[in-house]
Amino acid sequence: MLEVRELSKVFFEDNDPRKPGLVALHNVSFSVRQNEFVCLLGPSGCGKTTLIRIIAGLIRADRGEILVENKRVVAPGRDRCMVFQQFGLLPWRTVLANVEFGLEIEGVPREERQAVARQYLELVGLNGFEKYYPHQISGGMQQRVGIARALSKKPDILLMDEPFGAVDAQTREQLQEELLKIWTKTKNTVIFVTHSIDESIYLSDRVIIMQARPGRIKEDVKIELPRPRWEGDVRADPRFAALRTHIRESLRC
Amino acid sequence: MALSTLEQQALAELDLVRQKPFRLVDHLGLVRWVSVFGAILLWEVFGRDVNPLFLSYPSAIARAAVQLVGAGQFTQQALNSLQVYFIGLAGALVVGIVLGLLMGRYRLAEYILDPFVYALDATPRVALIPILLLWFGLGAPAKIAVVFLSGVFPVLMNTFSGVRTVSSGLVEVGRAYGAGEGKIFTKIIMPASLPFIMAGVRLAVGRALIGIITAEMFAAVTGLGALLVRYSSALATDKFFVPVIFLALLGVILTRAVEYLEKRFAPWKETERAL
Amino acid sequence: MAAHDEQIIADLGLRRESARSLYDYPNVIRALSVLCFLIAWEIYGRRVDPLLLTYPTAVVQAAFALITSGELRRQMADSLTTLALGFGASVILGVGLGLVMGRSRIASAALEPHINALYATPQVALTPLLMMWFGLGFTVKAVVIFLFAFFPILINTASGVRNVSASTIEVGRAYLASRTQILFKVVFPAAVPFIMAGIRVAIGRAIVGMVVAELFTAITGLGAMLTLYGNLFETAKMFVVVIVLGVLGVVLVRATQALERRMARWKETERAS
Ligand SMILES: Nc1ncnc2c1ncn2[C@@H]1O[C@H](COP(=O)(O)OP(=O)(O)O)[C@@H](O)[C@H]1O
Ligand SMILES: [Mg+2]
Repeated sequence: MLEVRELSKVFFEDNDPRKPGLVALHNVSFSVRQNEFVCLLGPSGCGKTTLIRIIAGLIRADRGEILVENKRVVAPGRDRCMVFQQFGLLPWRTVLANVEFGLEIEGVPREERQAVARQYLELVGLNGFEKYYPHQISGGMQQRVGIARALSKKPDILLMDEPFGAVDAQTREQLQEELLKIWTKTKNTVIFVTHSIDESIYLSDRVIIMQARPGRIKEDVKIELPRPRWEGDVRADPRFAALRTHIRESLRC
Repeated sequence: MALSTLEQQALAELDLVRQKPFRLVDHLGLVRWVSVFGAILLWEVFGRDVNPLFLSYPSAIARAAVQLVGAGQFTQQALNSLQVYFIGLAGALVVGIVLGLLMGRYRLAEYILDPFVYALDATPRVALIPILLLWFGLGAPAKIAVVFLSGVFPVLMNTFSGVRTVSSGLVEVGRAYGAGEGKIFTKIIMPASLPFIMAGVRLAVGRALIGIITAEMFAAVTGLGALLVRYSSALATDKFFVPVIFLALLGVILTRAVEYLEKRFAPWKETERAL
Repeated sequence: MAAHDEQIIADLGLRRESARSLYDYPNVIRALSVLCFLIAWEIYGRRVDPLLLTYPTAVVQAAFALITSGELRRQMADSLTTLALGFGASVILGVGLGLVMGRSRIASAALEPHINALYATPQVALTPLLMMWFGLGFTVKAVVIFLFAFFPILINTASGVRNVSASTIEVGRAYLASRTQILFKVVFPAAVPFIMAGIRVAIGRAIVGMVVAELFTAITGLGAMLTLYGNLFETAKMFVVVIVLGVLGVVLVRATQALERRMARWKETERAS
């Protein structure tokens, strides 16, 4: 479905290749299957955001390539959509208009896109908030808007860059559970960036552990915990604890 | 909020509300009104004693206002000024916004234009008035040019810095959703810099007003500025104050109008600043 | 790790020794742009009426003439003296009255309506009246400059003082500072960033006031040179004056900005922490 091959990315000072550079990613390769939920886990600065932006087609890699269904990614496309860490809502648009944004860009007529937007707002539990501006709702609700907006484009691959990094701990667990519930309905392939070990285990089928300076893949850990994970307390499962210990060890050295 | 019985009881026992002594700080509205009417009264009383060639007084000014407006001459000159003002200002807005957007978004435009923009912005525009009058004559074209030059830079500079401060994050959102350059411009850059543009417009409105008055005073042919010069050289101080007060009111009204538009069209600004 | 990064960059073959595009030399683009403009102006200016439109080399010649004759220096000294006096007075009175208005709500209520009314009035409009009152000499120019610069300083000082938080003042009270001590050791320093911002706005307006007053009195100063040479159709000399005024504006605004940064340095650190 998605294949990342020997990807390298260097940031030069002032974007000028005569000046000193920083290797953000070096020879990163992995692949993701259809409908898989994969977490990219690593300390901050290890290139997670850079990697997901390259997959989204927002920036170009310097070496290597990305294939989606065997086609090279060179620019943003309909098959992928991104949920941003700082929500990325447009502050001058209401909640509804923010969710409409993606379809509006595609040229979907107003009536139709509003209907779709309402449908996705309902999915994330925000009906009744259509007319609010982003600054009038809480961080957790803002990110639900961000998720509804991304889902409204029915992307094959949902890219999420630390989507719950900017909300408080309790809201975060609630959003994680809701995300899994939504995912069982929409069945997208998800690439989810996080630096929380627990979050990565709770959500994903696979955790790809990354390491900094230069950014590279350290280990690929399968999470074979049963789904659905919101029933019962998965976090108290001994297998969960074992995975947590293992991943923490892996991150440490 | 309703007080609980315990609270009511405590308050009754403390008996804080006996009689409060009169303190001026508790009557600031009164101070304000006394000050305003006192000043007008003093001006009226002492203004009558001063040589009327040097200073007028409120009732004389009011009489002059009625007379001037009735004669139609004042209205005609005011309309003349306003017409020129709005033409120049409209030009300043269009050019300022367009160039600001281009310079903010495209580096080539920025590098080509910014030496001129910074040089002209630093030059006191009033200093250009004699040259503009020389070039365009004493009529409307010169005045429009003055208004334009006075108003265009605040708008341009603010639009430019607005586009520059649009977080690259928001542009990236647009790109992630497949927006091309045109859509990014109209759906991200322009709305995001609107609060900045409006702040520039607010500045421009005042500067352009100063520009047109100065130009009219210097040319001394038509418009309110010319009336100022005519009345002052005729030593008609009472009449002189009529355009002055009109211009003050006009300045306030225009600024308020822009502030209203700012609130109306950029209601998200508050949070944007907090981020 | 930088060495390691360099190694990887070299291995990937990403290091480049030459510039990629003209964008790496923004100043070249700027210089070209200005040069093109000057050449076009020179050619066009010589063809069209050279008296009216003038052209760059004529402006340079005029500048040379005005400098060697000492006229420019003399008029500039005259302008700057008036500016210093009028602006100095507006700083002293603006800050002084601003402190009073910021600290006393009664003074503030009594004075505010008048100040708002005067501030709303375009000060240029008052110039003819002031010329009637104060004549055409030094005084009227200083007064006009004062009026242009006074209000931003006053308003910023007052709002700066009002913005000093009650808890900051309580620190002074807790240490038994007297009213004057609180004013000069707590309130004033805390309001300095606001005051400096007002002064920065005011300096630009002061220069405008100076030019306006000199344009109309038309006796001495840089502005008077504009009126004079305008009547003589000596456009090249007018351009010299305009350029001098532009440079003067930049220098003075930059100087106040530098002063502002120095005096409000703690503000930066406060924001950062
Ligand atoms: N646009 C950029 N320009 C320069 N350096 C960058 C840029 N984006 C990221 N970096 C650098 O690349 C490294 C990886 O960054 P990032 O991908 O944001 O890490 P993460 O998301 O894992 O915290 C960091 O050292 C960061 O400073
Ligand atoms: Mg990141």
